[in-house]
Amino acid sequence: MNIERTANGPEIILTVEGRVDANTSKELQDAIITAFQGSNKLVVDFEKVEYVASAGLRALLLGHKTAMSKAGYMKLLHVAEAVMEVLHMTGFDSILTIE
Amino acid sequence: MEKSKTIKKTENGNAKTSESITLDADLTALGEVTLFVNSFMERIGCDEKTKRQTDIAVEEIFVNICNYAYSEDDGKVTVEVRNDGSRKLVLTFSDRGVRYNPLEKPDPDITLGAQDRKIGGLGIYMVKNIMDELSYRHENDKNILTIVKYINC
Repeated sequence: MNIERTANGPEIILTVEGRVDANTSKELQDAIITAFQGSNKLVVDFEKVEYVASAGLRALLLGHKTAMSKAGYMKLLHVAEAVMEVLHMTGFDSILTIE
Repeated sequence: MEKSKTIKKTENGNAKTSESITLDADLTALGEVTLFVNSFMERIGCDEKTKRQTDIAVEEIFVNICNYAYSEDDGKVTVEVRNDGSRKLVLTFSDRGVRYNPLEKPDPDITLGAQDRKIGGLGIYMVKNIMDELSYRHENDKNILTIVKYINC
């Protein structure tokens, strides 16, 4: 998994690529938490993510909760169908902000 | 940690095929386990959706064993994958760790909002959703979890 971080004004954009599994989810979680240290507006671009397991969902939920606690947002962009299946199965499609 | 692996293959004409792999119950072996199961599914011609979903189930079960089966001692886990030519893909996970039936774990309430959602507890729930049959038994000091996916190969 690779994560590229860019900024668009006050908004941080994390572009994620690869598999978010039990081994890589910590890296995503850390990137999300670090982003929220400097901003309360986060976009996570998932276009190139083909696989998310429960460890990845934990990182996303933590990010979403952090956004709420900071009165900001975490938007998930360009979610592939395979990943959407997982979000739907777990009810995460109605929790997260997906665009 | 020393990584060890044994692969056993059984083939009986084209009618029945099974393979098993024994690895350290350690997250560093996750890639190897998913690759092992994926290669098998590839060989018998499973479609992308079956591979993708089974991949998740395999990860969730394996990670669960890595995290909970053995406290301090290094332990092993054996994963067997089997297809008897029918439309069932049968996966069996066995370990000699603490006796534990993950299927007894209560399902999380997936209708709760973000604030009330607990971090975690989703892995086994996903396995139950993805797979078509699940069973657990404790035999000869081993946890044996069998999960079955109906396939169209």
